[in-house]
Amino acid sequence: MTPMRVRPRAPFLMGMGLLALSALLLLFGASVGSTGFDNVFRIGSDPLAWQIVLDIRLPRTVGAWSAGALLGLAGAVAQGLFRNPLADPYLLGSASGALLGVALALLLFGVSPLAAQWLVRIGLSGAAFAGAVGAVLLTLLLARGVQHTLRLLLAGVIVGVVLGAISSLIMLMVPEVMQTMQAFILGSTGFVGWSACAVMAAVWLLCMPLAWLLSPVLDGLSLGEATALSLGLPLPQVRALLIGVLALATGTAVAQTGMIAFVGLAAPHLVRSICRTTHGNLIWLASLMGGVLLMAADTMARGLLAPQELPVGVLTAVLGGGYLLWLMQRDTRISSGAGLP
Amino acid sequence: MASRRVLRFFLAGLLMAGAVARALPVTDDRGVVVSLAQPPQRIVSLLPSLTETVCALGQCQRLVGVDRYSNYPESVRSLAQVGGGLDPNIEAIAALKPDLVLMATSAPVIERLRSLGIKVMALEPKNHAEVRRALEKIAQLLELPDAPRVWGEIDAGVSAALQSLPRSVAGTRVYFEVNSAPYAAGEASFIGETLKRLGVENIVPAGLGPFPKLNPEFVVRANPDLIMVGDRNFAGLQGRPGWSGIRAIREGRVCIFSAEQSDVLVRPGPRMAEGARIMAQCLLGRAT
Repeated sequence: MTPMRVRPRAPFLMGMGLLALSALLLLFGASVGSTGFDNVFRIGSDPLAWQIVLDIRLPRTVGAWSAGALLGLAGAVAQGLFRNPLADPYLLGSASGALLGVALALLLFGVSPLAAQWLVRIGLSGAAFAGAVGAVLLTLLLARGVQHTLRLLLAGVIVGVVLGAISSLIMLMVPEVMQTMQAFILGSTGFVGWSACAVMAAVWLLCMPLAWLLSPVLDGLSLGEATALSLGLPLPQVRALLIGVLALATGTAVAQTGMIAFVGLAAPHLVRSICRTTHGNLIWLASLMGGVLLMAADTMARGLLAPQELPVGVLTAVLGGGYLLWLMQRDTRISSGAGLP
Repeated sequence: MASRRVLRFFLAGLLMAGAVARALPVTDDRGVVVSLAQPPQRIVSLLPSLTETVCALGQCQRLVGVDRYSNYPESVRSLAQVGGGLDPNIEAIAALKPDLVLMATSAPVIERLRSLGIKVMALEPKNHAEVRRALEKIAQLLELPDAPRVWGEIDAGVSAALQSLPRSVAGTRVYFEVNSAPYAAGEASFIGETLKRLGVENIVPAGLGPFPKLNPEFVVRANPDLIMVGDRNFAGLQGRPGWSGIRAIREGRVCIFSAEQSDVLVRPGPRMAEGARIMAQCLLGRAT
């Protein structure tokens, strides 16, 4: 909000730092796993080591980064769009929508072999994505468009609660689906392959430049809606586009990795605690930060209890929550919300 | 009979596979045809009942890894553990170089293993007929003629459990609690089918589904003569509102199963006969 205090080189340096950290973590991610570090040295001679490093460890590491980057991006967009430091990517109901999509898919799977055939082709992640996007559309419908922030927020809460309740009902009626859904709720990067990475990377390449191009509007919005309008910004269209970015990024990440807690909320806060900058920079940095966070969490999930694995969603919730709390205690500016640009 | 079936599959495999010398296509519970060039020698099992099935066919030595819940027979405890059925460690599975993974129908895991070129057979038996089918399919893949013998033993074991019961037990009205939510084992579940074979009556009709969640009031109203429950779920059972008036609780006819007994009872696999024996013992002790 106060451009005079922004040091022009700080965001650039931070971006470089996060990229370097990503590269470092990528190397780390390729070498940590239940079968040990030495696989990396045997890539050339042992086809199994080759497969473990290139087809298991690397895709899940890259996948964790991409999912985190999508969530970080979505978190920064959501917090800017709603001018609310508590906004997170799941705000418009995408998480409960995705869960309902999975529940319905599992239900159909149990009912008819025909549906099973169809499901094998589309996959649970397809169902989760459709559910997430469907929930956002439902929220927009209930809020009668994108114009009223409060109405959007309320509609998002309503859709989240109601769809969540329907999922619970399905779990209650058909207890067999409960365990698979539990696994989805915990969130995991363990089953990410190269195809999932490609999907997430493509969506990131689409969403990131779009959000960046639209970011001046977020800066305008932070001065209040009336001011933004008086500046002549095309608010309605840009809002609709940004909500599209939010839905697409969140839906893709949730569909591939389940419900990863806290990354989308914590990444923008962490960036702001280090350097205060415009939304144009914040979106990039929050996305990189999200990628670094989830990548680090994924590596830890593999390493902490090896050869057992922790669900990465549990780890991000504990670490992200703890770190945010510490940040809040240390910096009263954030706890009062005044640290927001 | 069985060898003829194997031969038929063998011939069909030859026709379909063309140049491949041998192939034994078997359709799994997803409707996916699994065909192996030769009988698997390195099997990873991610479901305790399937682990027990492989061992019941006498092929324990072909298992190289199991999930963390597989604990029977004793020999599988020394095998590599590769996580749970829903959160398996993909890297650990790949490192075991399995030529077959047996597991439940969990889509993300299957998809990941398939993309790594690992053959997966998804089987999730839920009743007696499906347990038999799973047994036959695994035997087919392993090229063993033993499925009818093993099933015969399971079937005879259940019948023997019935024989051990006096006539007075017939018609006892039983409530089998799976989970203190409370989820019950209805007539449609494999547990319910075993109870039916033992000649007792289940208070949860088949129409409610295999493992329905009940309203506690339903149990009070049905007023069972006998309650079967695992020791983890027994705590507080008598103190539930209105439950002290249930006949089974008033007369102390509650069978509390130990964790090992519960493992036997809740797994739809080759130990169903032993499960029937445990239930028969309970009926002998409490319902006569």
